[in-house]
Amino acid sequence: MPGQFEAIPGGGAAVALDEVEISIIRSLAVQLLELIGPGPAEDASDDPLAELFAEGPSEPPADPVLKRLLPDAYGGPGSEKADEDELRAYSSEFRRFTENDLRAKKRDDALVVIRCLDATASRGEGGAVLKLSADESRHWLGALNDLRLAIGARLEVTDEDDTDLLFQLPDADPRKPMVMAYLWLGGLQETLVGTLIG
Amino acid sequence: MGGVSTAPAEITRPESDEEAFAVPEPDVPWITLVHNDPVNLMSYVTYVFQSYFGYSKEKATKLMMDVHHKGRAVVSTGSREEMERDVQAMHGYGLWATLQQDRK
Repeated sequence: MPGQFEAIPGGGAAVALDEVEISIIRSLAVQLLELIGPGPAEDASDDPLAELFAEGPSEPPADPVLKRLLPDAYGGPGSEKADEDELRAYSSEFRRFTENDLRAKKRDDALVVIRCLDATASRGEGGAVLKLSADESRHWLGALNDLRLAIGARLEVTDEDDTDLLFQLPDADPRKPMVMAYLWLGGLQETLVGTLIG
Repeated sequence: MGGVSTAPAEITRPESDEEAFAVPEPDVPWITLVHNDPVNLMSYVTYVFQSYFGYSKEKATKLMMDVHHKGRAVVSTGSREEMERDVQAMHGYGLWATLQQDRK
């Protein structure tokens, strides 16, 4: 079935993708990598411990998409306005010690996606069947979710009604291609979850 | 609130104010909250609760429905360090999670 993952006997999942689909997912994954940014290894010193103890940023990202991918750990709906300063300080500290790891995790997921697609594309002319191990499936699940979060944030999907509105966009709307990608990735993610829950 | 053992200072303060100044007791547990997000698929949220917390399908589904309908749900309880670990994991999965001290 096009656009739908199916479980492989013995574990893992498979989906048939054509050339265009492969290039769309690949290009989105590359954009996600660019958004998340390079790891500290790029300009790290030779001391491997330095990277281990490198502190992350303490301020939340200004970009709304990145902010959704790397949210604050304290505060949020239902928290007391009076505690705002304290919560912001806690969030900063949490971010300093965890954001680098979180970015690394998201980077790993996106890299697995790109590697799997490249391996698949090099095997066949045009389309091919993408086969994932159970481990690769979990990376894909994370990356597909991050991609949908990123596109959702760009499309300003903030409540259920927004999703309904997106379904009704006229074809001429400039957001239409992104909406199509968003819904298509949703179908891929949904069916991939299905293969993992069984 | 029995967190302060020093002699009470002679300050008269209206009752309502008292609450705002109350320091939470250290043994009050912390909680991890997952907030509703229209982007995250219901099946995916359930999958995350099952695979990370090891919850049964029934429990994971109930928590997911609470997030969906009530806007948020308490998915775990414990020490602050444990909850920070859970929140970090939830962020890794792309769920919107925060931690706070349980105010009950």
